[in-house]
Amino acid sequence: MKKTYKIEVDCANCANKMELATKNTAGVKDAVVNFMTLKMKVEFEEGADPKTVMPEVLANCRKVEDDCEIFF
Amino acid sequence: MNRKQKKMLMRIIAAALLMIVLHFMPVTGLLRFILYLVPYFVIGYDILIKAAKGIKNRQVFDECFLMAVATIGAIALALTSDGDYTEAIAVMLFYQIGEWFQSYAVGKSRRNISELMDIRPDYANLEVDGRLEQTDPDEIEIGSIIVVQPGEKVPLDGVIVEGNSTLNTSALTGESLPREAKCGDEIISGCINMTGVLKIETTKEFEESTVSKILDLVENASSRKSKSEHFISKFARYYTPAVCYAAVALAVLPPLVRMLALGLAPAWGVWIYRALTFLVISCPCALVISIPLSFFAGIGGASHEGILVKGSNYLETLAQTRYVVFDKTGTLTEGVFEVSGIHHSTMEREKLLEYAALAESASSHPISRSLQHAHGKELDRSRVRDVQEISGNGVIAKVDGHTVAAGNDKLMKRLNIPHLDCHEVGTIIHLAVDGAYAGHIVIADRIKPHAKDAVSALKSAGIEKTIMLTGDRRSIAERVAQTLGLDEVHSELLPADKVELVETLLKAKPGKAKLAFVGDGINDAPVLSRADIGIAMGAMGSDAAIEAADVVLMDDDPMKIAKAIKISRKCLRIVYENIWFAIGIKLICLFLGAIGLANMWLAIFADVGVMVIAVLNAIRALFVRHL
Repeated sequence: MKKTYKIEVDCANCANKMELATKNTAGVKDAVVNFMTLKMKVEFEEGADPKTVMPEVLANCRKVEDDCEIFF
Repeated sequence: MNRKQKKMLMRIIAAALLMIVLHFMPVTGLLRFILYLVPYFVIGYDILIKAAKGIKNRQVFDECFLMAVATIGAIALALTSDGDYTEAIAVMLFYQIGEWFQSYAVGKSRRNISELMDIRPDYANLEVDGRLEQTDPDEIEIGSIIVVQPGEKVPLDGVIVEGNSTLNTSALTGESLPREAKCGDEIISGCINMTGVLKIETTKEFEESTVSKILDLVENASSRKSKSEHFISKFARYYTPAVCYAAVALAVLPPLVRMLALGLAPAWGVWIYRALTFLVISCPCALVISIPLSFFAGIGGASHEGILVKGSNYLETLAQTRYVVFDKTGTLTEGVFEVSGIHHSTMEREKLLEYAALAESASSHPISRSLQHAHGKELDRSRVRDVQEISGNGVIAKVDGHTVAAGNDKLMKRLNIPHLDCHEVGTIIHLAVDGAYAGHIVIADRIKPHAKDAVSALKSAGIEKTIMLTGDRRSIAERVAQTLGLDEVHSELLPADKVELVETLLKAKPGKAKLAFVGDGINDAPVLSRADIGIAMGAMGSDAAIEAADVVLMDDDPMKIAKAIKISRKCLRIVYENIWFAIGIKLICLFLGAIGLANMWLAIFADVGVMVIAVLNAIRALFVRHL
């Protein structure tokens, strides 16, 4: 399953870091962060529930970039 | 400017003013130190907090950390030596100015690009009880009647049921000539209605409408990252830690060597200062921001010209294209068959045409349609009886009691009627009335008006070889190729042959040169996806083409192929300029910093100045109108 979320982040390098952090979150198969359109596309693994995975993703992103925001 | 940017601007101004005031205040010692801390915290408190959080989260090597270490180090050095704190604060100040500019420029270009692509309709006028009601296009069902007034955007795809108007399609196609639209025509969303009120019966939901598809495509385009983007994100991942370790080594090793091996004073201050300069130079922001920005601007600029590129990677491939393979029909030629000549007619030409049109009237073949079109009058089908189709030959029918045979030379041979061959190229329809030869009609596909210019534009853009593939007959294919100045032509191909041929061409070409296939997307989807890059033409409203191709040209103009290649080259040139410029300046400054020739001020230029220049350069990719 794929979902797109709006995000808020200040710099392109931080967006790259968010992408990496999201990819390394359990339940996420793949993720693409698009800094130019401020959007994040997350592909979830089979059976993973976005409702439980996304808070994890946000927590992991916050670790690498403190003032980022994901709207889910 | 958003709220965050405004706040930052205030902080920058406040800190700058404080520094000027402090410069003229004759204070020394501890008081001076404390006073100078005020502007430092005003400008840099968020960086310090972020750096601390980064350390807590074990994400040490980020820009905030670099800036925090560099400035705190500089203050510590100033405290122990001359008491000149301005440098440390200036570093922080300029860093923040750079960040502010970056966020402002990116926000601005993001808005510019989205304005270019602003084809999303806000509402649709639904007629309810004789009154117009503005409704969200998302909620309109298929088969509803919507009203589009002059000046409004067409919100959904549909068919015009009432009214005439001219449409401005420039947002979709980049074509500035308005298009006529009348009752019964299909209409696609995203056009702007210019003159008359139109009533439209919708044929698609909003999500399936052209405008949504295009927006979706362009918005997702920059998610498909190019090789340069991958290179940059990898580079940034290794570069920052590497520079940090190098800085530590620079701070520690030379003093130790001086002390232990050479017996000199260690000069800790000098080397720590150099290490700090190193850290300031090292921020990779210029690269990390400007490369995706260039691609985004390039894709945005191209879409404004009616060229949709589905991803940064395709822009990259397009720039390396050296071979262009065309499908003939619908790409170089109109794909519309027209009567181009009537020869050796034994009766009036109109009469011959009428007989032919009547005899073929039962068929829906394009040939039959072009005959009817050339005849131009309503056909009375009751005049035709006993239609007998002979597959691969033609038809025999009774028209007004006369036996009319219309078909190719095989039909004439079959009926044992001597016929005259034609010197013109095209599809020839021989006619025999009551067993006697009555002449022939030539039907030919018209070459598109810009096709010849398009081929020469490609040549001057550095395309090595232009190749045409077609299922059409050899004589026609060769004539077209000769007229247009194409290098190679392959005719009488079945769709599967085309795939095979493209595969052979792909194998034969050198690895770096890329091959583009241009088709109209109707029956060449397999070839479009097999080529290095598939370009679909005239795709307005054709879903199959938008699906299969990597680059979609919204209108029928083959000139756009050369334009697309030029846009991609410009974009890639900017990307490489930025890569070389940013890495080059940084390496030079790092070297100068290591040997002590660069101070903090130069370091700030290497960081912020390079970033500003790279961002400004990246925005150039947006301007492609006159390429």
